[in-house]
Amino acid sequence: MSNYSIALIPLLPLATFVVLGLFGRKYLSAFAGIIGTISLLISSIISLVTAYQYFFISGKINGIYQPIIALKYSWLQFTPSVSIDMGIMLDPIAMMMIVVVTFVSLMVHIFSLGYMKGEERFATYYAFLALFTFSMLGLVLSSNIFQIYMFWELVGVSSFLLIGYYFDKPSAVAASKKAFIVTRFADLGFLIGILILAYSAETLDFGTLIARLTDASSPYFVNAAGASFIGISALTWGLVLVFLGGAGKSAMFPFHIWLPDAMEGPTPVSALIHAATMVVAGVFLVARLFPIFAFDAAALTVVTYVGAFSALFAAIIACTQTDIKRVLAYSTMSQIGYMMFSLGVAKHGGEGGLGYMASMFHLFTHAFFKSLLFLGAGAVIHLVHSNEMKDMGGLRKLMPITHITFLIACLAIAGIPPFAGFFSKEEILLAAFHSNKMVFFVALFTSGLTAFYMFRLYFSIFWSKESHVHENGHGEGTLSMKIPLIILAVLAVLAGFFPIASLVTSDGLALETHIDYLFSLTPVALAVAGILLASSLYKSENTKPQNIATTLGGLYIAAHKKFYMDELYLFITQKIIFNLIGKPAAWIDKNIVDGSMNLFADTTAQISDNIKGLQSGKLQQYASYFFVGVLGFMLLFIYLWN
Amino acid sequence: MNEIGLTHILFLSAILFFIGVYGFLTRRNMVTMLMSIELILNSVNINFVAFNKFLHAGKLDGTFFTIFIITIAAAEAAVAIAIIIHLYRSSKSIDVNDADLMKF
Repeated sequence: MSNYSIALIPLLPLATFVVLGLFGRKYLSAFAGIIGTISLLISSIISLVTAYQYFFISGKINGIYQPIIALKYSWLQFTPSVSIDMGIMLDPIAMMMIVVVTFVSLMVHIFSLGYMKGEERFATYYAFLALFTFSMLGLVLSSNIFQIYMFWELVGVSSFLLIGYYFDKPSAVAASKKAFIVTRFADLGFLIGILILAYSAETLDFGTLIARLTDASSPYFVNAAGASFIGISALTWGLVLVFLGGAGKSAMFPFHIWLPDAMEGPTPVSALIHAATMVVAGVFLVARLFPIFAFDAAALTVVTYVGAFSALFAAIIACTQTDIKRVLAYSTMSQIGYMMFSLGVAKHGGEGGLGYMASMFHLFTHAFFKSLLFLGAGAVIHLVHSNEMKDMGGLRKLMPITHITFLIACLAIAGIPPFAGFFSKEEILLAAFHSNKMVFFVALFTSGLTAFYMFRLYFSIFWSKESHVHENGHGEGTLSMKIPLIILAVLAVLAGFFPIASLVTSDGLALETHIDYLFSLTPVALAVAGILLASSLYKSENTKPQNIATTLGGLYIAAHKKFYMDELYLFITQKIIFNLIGKPAAWIDKNIVDGSMNLFADTTAQISDNIKGLQSGKLQQYASYFFVGVLGFMLLFIYLWN
Repeated sequence: MNEIGLTHILFLSAILFFIGVYGFLTRRNMVTMLMSIELILNSVNINFVAFNKFLHAGKLDGTFFTIFIITIAAAEAAVAIAIIIHLYRSSKSIDVNDADLMKF
C-alpha cells in the first residue's frame, strides 16, 4: 500500500463533506447517506489494511515498533529552520485510532441511515459527520504538534455543528455554544502549551520534540526544565497547559460541563463524540506526548489526579440522572477519567508502561461498547420519543435485539468477564495498584459504581414496569439500525481478546501481560454486587430508590444537581467575570476608547459649526476679508521694514 | 505755473482707489460693482504713468503696463457682463446678495 493511499483515509471523508456540503441538499438528498457510508467504508478498509501492514509487516524494526513518517509536506516555510509542515505519521496508537475512528464512524453512518431517515437536512447531517470523521482522522495522523492543533480545532467546530444540528431548538443552540466555548477556552491553554514546548525544543515535529525534551543532557531540556515561573519549570507549565486542552476536549473536571449538554445533538452523533472522536482526543494527545509527560513527574501527577477525580465524580453524578443519554454521558466522562489516570500512573517503557498500554486498551474497548450503548439508546429513543427513564420500562419484549446488545454493552462496561471492558479495566486497576494505592481504591470504588448505574439504566429501560409504549408501526427500527448494534455487540465481546499488549505499548516493545485471577476477584465481585443492588432496586417498580434518595438527602440532591457545577460556572461567569472584568472593560470601551474618538469628532464638528458662517456665499463679505487681510499684511510689512 | 508734483497725483490715485473699493464693497448692483473695479484699475493706471514719468523718465515700461491693463480690463468687463447676464437669466436679479448659492 503506497503512502499516498494512506492520505486517502482522511481525504475521502473530506471529499464527502465537500460534495455533500455543496450539492447535498439540492441534488443528492436521496443518496447522501449512501455516498457518505460508501466513502467511509472505503476509508475504513484502507485504514484496516494500513494498520495490518504497519503492525505485521513494515512497522517493526528490530522487534520495536517505530514511528514512520509516511508523508511530509512543507506547508509554511518561515525560515530555513522554522516551518509548519503537514504530514502523516504512522505509529501504534495512530494505527489503532484510525481503525477505531473509521469503524465506529462507519457504524454510526449505517445506523443513521435508519435513525435520521426523513430528516429535512439529511444531506447536511452526513456532510457534518464526514467533516467530523475527517477532523479526527487528521488529528490522529498528525505528524507535528501544530497540525494536531489545527485538526483539534476542526474537531471542535464540527462537534459544534453537530450538537447544534437541531438549530431551531434553543436548548440545542445553547448546548452547541457551550461545548464550543468551553473547549475553546481549554484550547487556549493548549495553544500556550504548544508555544512553550515548541519554543523550548525549537521544533514542532513530534519525533524531534520528544527526542529533545526527554534527553536530560540536551540543551533544550536543560533550558526548559531550568526556566521557571512561580516555582514551576517551563516544561511542566507547557505540559500542564497542553493537558488543559486535552481535559477540555476529554471533558475532564472542571471542563466536563459541556458533555452532558452535548446530548442535544442527534443520538448517533453522541455515539461518535463519546466513543471514537472528540472526547478521546484528549487521551490521545497525552498518549502522543507521553514520553515527555513520563519525564516530568509533576505534570503526570496532575493527569493522574484529574483523571481519578473525574472518574469518581462523574460516576456519582451518573447514579442520580434520569435522562438516559445523560447517564451515558457521565459514564463516558468516568471512563475517560480511567484512561487519563491510567496514563498518569504509567512510566515510559518496560513493565512500568502497563498503564499506558491499559489506557490505550481501554480506549479501544470503550469505543465499541460505548458506541453500542449510545446507538442502543438511540434505538430506544427512536421508539419511545423521550429521553426520560420514567417514560420507558419493560421494553425488552418490544425490542429484543436492542435489549440483548444493550445488555452486552452494560456487562462490558461493568467489567464482567469475558466481555471486553473486563480485560482493559483489569489492566488499568493493576497498573494503578502497582503505583498509587489511593488512585487504585478510587478506581475500584468507581468500577463498582459503574456497574450499579449502568444496570440501573438497563433495568429502568428494559424491565421495571410493564411497557406502556404503543406499537407505532416502525417497531425496533430498520435493518440498518439493527446491523450496527449486532456488529458492535460482537466486538464488545471479542475486543478484549485483541492482543493489544504486544502491539500498542509506550516504547514499541511487546509487553507481557497476564490476568491475575486472584487480583480480578475484587473488582468483579464489586461489579456483581453493583449489578445485584441495581437489580434489587430497579428490576421491578418499587419505592426503594425513592426511600434511599430521601435517606441520603443533601448528597442525593447535590449529585442530582451535578454538584452545582453549572450553577458555579454561571456564578463565576455572570457574577464575577461579567461584573469585575466584563463591565469595567465595557465601561472603558464605551467611555475612554469611544469617548476619546467622540471627543475629537465632536470638537471638530463644534469648531466647524462655529466658523462655517464665514463661508456665506456673499461676494462682498469675501472681498472685505480680503481687503482687511491685505491691509493687515501691508501694515505688518511697513512695520517690519523699519 | 508750477508742474503738478508726484504727491498730488498719488493722492488722486489713492482717492480713486478707495472710492472704487468702497463702491465694490457697498453697492449691491453687480454692474455698479463692475464699474467700481474699473475705478480701482484706473487708479493703478495713474500710478503706473506717474511713476514712469517721475522715476524712470526715459523709459516706457509703465506706459506699456497701463495699455496692457486697459486691454485686460476690457476683456474682463466682457466676461463679467456675460456672467452677470447669465445670473440675471437664472435668478431674475443682478443683486449680488442673490447670487450666494456657493456656501456651506
